[in-house]
Amino acid sequence: MTVVNATSLQQALEALRDHPGARLVQGGTDLMVEVNFNRTTLHDVVALRRVNELKRWHIVEDSQTIHLGAGVPYAEMERSPLCHHLPALAQAARTVGSPQIRAAGSLGGNLGTCSPAGDGLPVLSALDATVHLQSLDASRDLSIHEFMLGVKKNARQPNEVIVAVTLPILDGFQGYAKVGTRNAMVISAASACVVHDAIGGTVRVALGAVAPTVVRTREAEAWLASQTNLTAPLTVSPELAREFGRRAAAECSPIDDHRSTAAYRRHAIAVLVERLLLRANDHGKSPQ
Amino acid sequence: MNATTSTRTRGALGSSALRPDGIPKVQGRFAFSSDAWADSMLWGATLRSPHPHARIVSIDVSGALAINGVSAVITAKDVPGQLTYGLIASDQPVFASEVVRYAGEPVAAVAADHPETARRALDAIRVDYEVLPPLVDAEDAISGSFTPIHPDGNVIRRQRIIRGDQSFVGDVVVEGYYDVGMQDQAFLGLEAALALPDDAGGGVELFVATQWLHEDQKQIAACLGLPIEKVRLTLGGVGGAFGGREDISLQVHCCLLALTTGRPIKMQYGREESFFGHIHRHPARIFMRHHADRDGTLRRVEARIVLDGGAYASTSSAVLINAVTHMQGPYKCEMATVDGYAVRSNNPPCGAMRGFGVVQACFAHESQMDKLAAACGLDPVDIRLKNAMRTGDRLITGQVMDSVAPVERCIRETAALPLPEPLPADPDPLLIPGGAGLTARRGNITRGIGWGVSIKNLMYSEGFDDYATARCRLANGVATLQFATAEVGQGFVVLAQQIARTVLGVDTVLLEPISTAIGSAGSTSASRQTWMSGGAVDGACRLVRERLFEHVAATHHVDPLRLVIDGTDVVDSMGTLRVTVAEASHGLAFDETFEHHHRETEELDENGQGNCHVAFAFVAHRAVVDVDTELGLVKVVQVATAQDVGRVLNPLAALGQVEGGIAQGLGLAVMEEIVLENGRMRNPSFTDYLLPTALDAPDVVVSMIEEPEPQAPLGAKGIGEPPCISVTPAIVAAIRQATGKELSRVPVRPLDIVFG
Ligand SMILES: Cc1cc2nc3c(=O)[nH]c(=O)nc-3n(C[C@H](O)[C@H](O)[C@H](O)COP(=O)(O)OP(=O)(O)OC[C@H]3O[C@@H](n4cnc5c(N)ncnc54)[C@H](O)[C@@H]3O)c2cc1C
Repeated sequence: MTVVNATSLQQALEALRDHPGARLVQGGTDLMVEVNFNRTTLHDVVALRRVNELKRWHIVEDSQTIHLGAGVPYAEMERSPLCHHLPALAQAARTVGSPQIRAAGSLGGNLGTCSPAGDGLPVLSALDATVHLQSLDASRDLSIHEFMLGVKKNARQPNEVIVAVTLPILDGFQGYAKVGTRNAMVISAASACVVHDAIGGTVRVALGAVAPTVVRTREAEAWLASQTNLTAPLTVSPELAREFGRRAAAECSPIDDHRSTAAYRRHAIAVLVERLLLRANDHGKSPQ
Repeated sequence: MNATTSTRTRGALGSSALRPDGIPKVQGRFAFSSDAWADSMLWGATLRSPHPHARIVSIDVSGALAINGVSAVITAKDVPGQLTYGLIASDQPVFASEVVRYAGEPVAAVAADHPETARRALDAIRVDYEVLPPLVDAEDAISGSFTPIHPDGNVIRRQRIIRGDQSFVGDVVVEGYYDVGMQDQAFLGLEAALALPDDAGGGVELFVATQWLHEDQKQIAACLGLPIEKVRLTLGGVGGAFGGREDISLQVHCCLLALTTGRPIKMQYGREESFFGHIHRHPARIFMRHHADRDGTLRRVEARIVLDGGAYASTSSAVLINAVTHMQGPYKCEMATVDGYAVRSNNPPCGAMRGFGVVQACFAHESQMDKLAAACGLDPVDIRLKNAMRTGDRLITGQVMDSVAPVERCIRETAALPLPEPLPADPDPLLIPGGAGLTARRGNITRGIGWGVSIKNLMYSEGFDDYATARCRLANGVATLQFATAEVGQGFVVLAQQIARTVLGVDTVLLEPISTAIGSAGSTSASRQTWMSGGAVDGACRLVRERLFEHVAATHHVDPLRLVIDGTDVVDSMGTLRVTVAEASHGLAFDETFEHHHRETEELDENGQGNCHVAFAFVAHRAVVDVDTELGLVKVVQVATAQDVGRVLNPLAALGQVEGGIAQGLGLAVMEEIVLENGRMRNPSFTDYLLPTALDAPDVVVSMIEEPEPQAPLGAKGIGEPPCISVTPAIVAAIRQATGKELSRVPVRPLDIVFG
């Protein structure tokens, strides 16, 4: 077994070439659990912790987007200034594990594992993020919707590193809400992200833990757009919000497992989406 | 103040004396048993059955033995002594030989030079199983519809309680079914031990995290086929127990590997293995019917209680006795018809856990008291006050309640504790239901209040003499104590020091290692060590003090009966003599050993009548919860409690027991459950077996009720178990009040609130 402690992206990519099939490790908060439970036997490992390129983020002025390195820890997403640009991501980050996990865990790892319960993923989906992949001799950009393929399956090739994601800076409400049987540090039983693009006139919704992979509720979104004007400010009635929640819930396909039941998950999605839309409605309005 | 006033001993009884193990634990310097290490030691590991019920056709260990670094592989045929062990009945095999009866049952163990080698060796053992249908429904065990899964049969014990008019029907009758899920002790320090074989190979020394060294010693020696004295145990650092370390887990395997290889063996479980390696709290199904007069006076209880004991007996029969004998709750009740079963199944074995059968009974009787209150038009506090038990009342077993029984005071003092502030208009989102998940706003939340009151027996029951031994030595003003009392985190080590300081007037109290080098202390369970081992330490210290007084009296020509300890001095209460304990004991050594026995108890007869318990303690809980009724999410805001403690011996330690017990009872109320599917655990990890976090723990407001118990050597009752018992029904009652839902099972899941 070889462990390469890469200090640059180039080194990491070369290591992947030299050790085909090597596992990447960023925070290790998914990978080490797999190892400890004997679900994986490690042969070669390429550690990304010291690759500074992956730990940075910046605003791309021309396109009004944020380029967010795959190794940025959740703890940084929770904090200013990132939390102001990407409030739903900050909220999702806050729900991940404990402070120790958030100090180490990353979006690169969340994408790499691609669990339907990964808390970063609904946010990336609702924001129509772009995933940047890099190999030694090529780079490619995939839409998040093309990247996530199924339960713990994604479009990454073995010789590729996820280097970053690009997310739009939008005007309007963004919120994330997650249901679990504990008030902190709990794996999602159902979660939802609602993003309002006040300029583009869209409301987008993505759901976690209620299907083999994250669900974008495109039919409900189109229905909402047909019902009301989605350019700022929103004027959504409680009845409309309730119906929107119901329609979003109809688009998921949850299962029964030891964490919850399909019926509860579907119900929770309807409630979360309704509540998030009402929050979007209140966003920017004075409390009176 | 005059010059003859003595200095006060620091850290005497009644003070929040610092624990000797406190700072090392906080600093990470305390050696838990998993930190034990010996030169040239090997690592032991256990192969477990993947099936809840199967016949073992063959076991082939040759593949494992062929691996470089593997020193031994042992199975049932290598057990030199008794093939089974058990706390009450010896029915659990050291290794399964013909059949496996639960998923996770040990089949073989290996010793290897590295944990990873040991793991590979386990993979290389070939076990051929013929899978059998598992018995997973307790009713199938009772009805006889399932062939016996063990030579001892499918019913571990049945016990009835028959008292008074069996056909009495009350003016008001309420009834219901109640279910309790399987809770885990979830102690943080995992099972671990280090076994050192004697040089001559004829014996073994074991360092182990356990609750009762001498019981382990007895069971291990029997399985090893060794005389008791050839098996010596020393307590390794214990990180919590809660009943989960009463049974043998890795002890016999570890010793047997050490004797087989002639090398020190270390064994330790990981979190997942720990779920398979120890017993759990019994899941229960209870039917209860209460009969009362129109004014709410309780007259008769009827109950049928079924505890699923899992594959082996463990302490199931004693847990059952506790459940049936506590069915009336802390209330007067003349008539009873109770039928209880502890059954065997192919589910994971169940045994002792904090509350020991009373937790299950209490969830049912307290839910019933609320139903009764509603049926009689009384509020939950009034119905409980009206029926509160007093000293002198008779229990449904016919036993007279002769403990101090301040039930009414527990309820009144709890009611007098301040309620929390109402939820503000714009609350901190982390502090409302859903917490960090940001699921709710103020408008989604409803508040509820609920009550629970409980009675809990202290010490072992049914004729068992669970005595405790302690030794005290005083020399040059320093006391040294020796006892085999397992310190599992409860703080006996500081209490023992406090007792010695108080009785002997010394500052420095040293503790010998906790081991089988002295007589038994009994188990650290049943809320008994303060009473039992505390009584033994107190007794030994008093004997030493008598000797000291005799010596001082002889030296100074005074009557020894006039001598008393004042601070750190020996003082003539009727004269002028004052000499420090240090001077008085200079150059001398007094050494005394004392055994404390509680009064005798009896077995129950076939109608469940008899003085089976030693003593009782009481507590009341009032819970305030916020509920997001639409999502079924709960935040327990506050728990108020007044507990009958006899006497507070260490305020900080007492508060710790109360707060910790409440957190554990809260866990059972709203999240902690081992989920089983056809005998298999679905969530053996802390990812999915959820324990309360800081955001789930409520504010706790406490009133300690100090009415010294005359039977108790220090006036203090056991306080470990009561905090976790009635808090569970109190929380559920509060959720019922907020939601209007029936909620007849714990833990209450979000889906129970939404769809219930
Ligand atoms: C106690 C605990 C609680 C948790 N709670 C949550 C939770 O609430 N919500 C949640 O979503 N998750 C949770 N997790 C899972 C985990 O923390 C997250 O999925 C996290 O995002 C993983 O990031 P990481 O950097 O630690 O990944 P790692 O473990 O380092 O890697 C995970 C996978 O991604 C691959 N990988 C990592 N980086 C890259 C890269 N740059 N390019 C390509 N592949 C890569 C790895 O090879 C591996 O397969 C929890 C984990 C633990 C241990």
